[in-house]
Amino acid sequence: MIKTQNNKAWFLVLPVLVLVAFSAVLPLMTVVNYAVNDTFGNNQFFWVGLEWFEEMVTSSRLHDALGRQILFSAIILAIEVPLGIYIALNMPKSGFWASFCLVLMSLPLLIPFNVVGTIWQIFGRVDIGLLGHTLAALGFDYNYTNDPFDAWMTVIVMDVWHWTSLVALLAYAGLQSIPQAYYQAARIDQASRWAVFRYIELPKMKGVLLIAILLRFMDSFMIYTEPFVVTGGGPGNSTTFLSIDLVKMAIGQFDLGPAAAFSLMYFLVILLVSWVFFTVMTNLDRQESK
Amino acid sequence: MMRVKPSALVMGLYLLFLLLPIYWLVNMSLKTNTEILSSFTLFPRDLTLRNYMVILTDPSWYMGYVNSIIYVTLNVVISLAVALPAAYAFSRYSFMGDKHLFFWLLTNRMAPPAVFALPFFQLYSSVGLFDTHIAVALAHCLFNVPLAVWILEGFMRGVPKEIDETAYIDGYSFPKFFVKIFMPLIASGIGVAAFFCFMFSWVELLLSRTLTSVNAKPIAATMTRTVSASGMDWGVLAAAGVLTIVPGALVIWFVRNYIAKGFALGRV
Repeated sequence: MIKTQNNKAWFLVLPVLVLVAFSAVLPLMTVVNYAVNDTFGNNQFFWVGLEWFEEMVTSSRLHDALGRQILFSAIILAIEVPLGIYIALNMPKSGFWASFCLVLMSLPLLIPFNVVGTIWQIFGRVDIGLLGHTLAALGFDYNYTNDPFDAWMTVIVMDVWHWTSLVALLAYAGLQSIPQAYYQAARIDQASRWAVFRYIELPKMKGVLLIAILLRFMDSFMIYTEPFVVTGGGPGNSTTFLSIDLVKMAIGQFDLGPAAAFSLMYFLVILLVSWVFFTVMTNLDRQESK
Repeated sequence: MMRVKPSALVMGLYLLFLLLPIYWLVNMSLKTNTEILSSFTLFPRDLTLRNYMVILTDPSWYMGYVNSIIYVTLNVVISLAVALPAAYAFSRYSFMGDKHLFFWLLTNRMAPPAVFALPFFQLYSSVGLFDTHIAVALAHCLFNVPLAVWILEGFMRGVPKEIDETAYIDGYSFPKFFVKIFMPLIASGIGVAAFFCFMFSWVELLLSRTLTSVNAKPIAATMTRTVSASGMDWGVLAAAGVLTIVPGALVIWFVRNYIAKGFALGRV
């Protein structure tokens, strides 16, 4: 659509601007303030410059949390994206069963994050949970509260359970937009199933898949509630991801300076990824409108 | 038929994987604590509604639901009220800094709540809003307003511009046109945006827990108190969990065809 140039449109945007400024910029300014000051309480601040940033950049605790975070995000992307595409390819195309699958698949997405955690906390317990009990009955030595590997497995399976449907739904929406004529042409050419996927379905899903990958990356990168409820970041620190570490530092230990410096760096990473996301999306929008 | 079978099997297995943990929660919520702890049963032997009764008769429990519903509703109303005109502006006009503003909104959707938890706490404490519903509603605007703007903008782009122009020629003022003609045209978009605002506000815990203590405590935070000196009240915990799933499950049928669009921020 060709848009009219009109700067009065700012008046329509103003309420959003004010509201989001209040709920985003003001708090962020507080964070900046903490990041460059030290405090001994009583609202007395001492300028420390970049000291907290230096401390955080060299902190092995942060490095460990970052490493775990990247590993976690990489694993769940590697599982959820192919699995989501696979599920989308197998979904019924239309009719009652399509709606039925859509609704049931969306269900995990609508559960409060801490309830997701609670569900898996219960589900994985050896004494009262179906999963834990079954694994124990099969002879596995499974205990997510003691064994780091089991804790990781639980958190990953939980995230796959929680979010694979998102990837599947987006991929499904992309598949639905492919005209039947494409498949007919492929059939005439006697294209293999793989060729249909590789040269018709995958290119058509490119846009939605990028959205799905970036959303999953962002959301897994700031995951907090679910692993916190299930493992509390433990055993030890083995499932302490960035957000969990941050909240521990800021609210648990009240180390405001380091926590604030950490927050800002965290936010910059997010900003960078958002920018990539935005550029990719606006480019795709432009291609579509051509 | 030969071709349908394997895909039906895949879907069946996947849905089974999705539903088993939920089934287990429902199953536990209908059991007594002795049954949960003493024996391992795939379905409740002594079917009991006691766990639900505990929640529905104890104010400290059910007020959690009331609080959650109040701040979620407030949030949906505020988000939509400010997002509607803004989305219209983004979909119809180009103006100075529009792209930057649109991008900046997106960054807030992507902002980790953990970064904002402490500053929010201090901000709302200092203006005397701590432990009020409006504080949580405003805090959730951080990610819901951008989401609503993006979703609505996606729907509004589908409405041809000629409609606006015809309405102006017919002598409609902007507010009258917007409410009388434009909003009915994008009614499904408004519904979807409202649903997603509702949902993301409902599932969020970190901010709502940080910003409340007693009067506006959300159900999700109330759930943590089942850990008591006498051990865990698993049955009640499961029942509370089931009750938090119900609202989403009830309305999802209506938005099933738009759910991908909503999660993709209006970009499908």
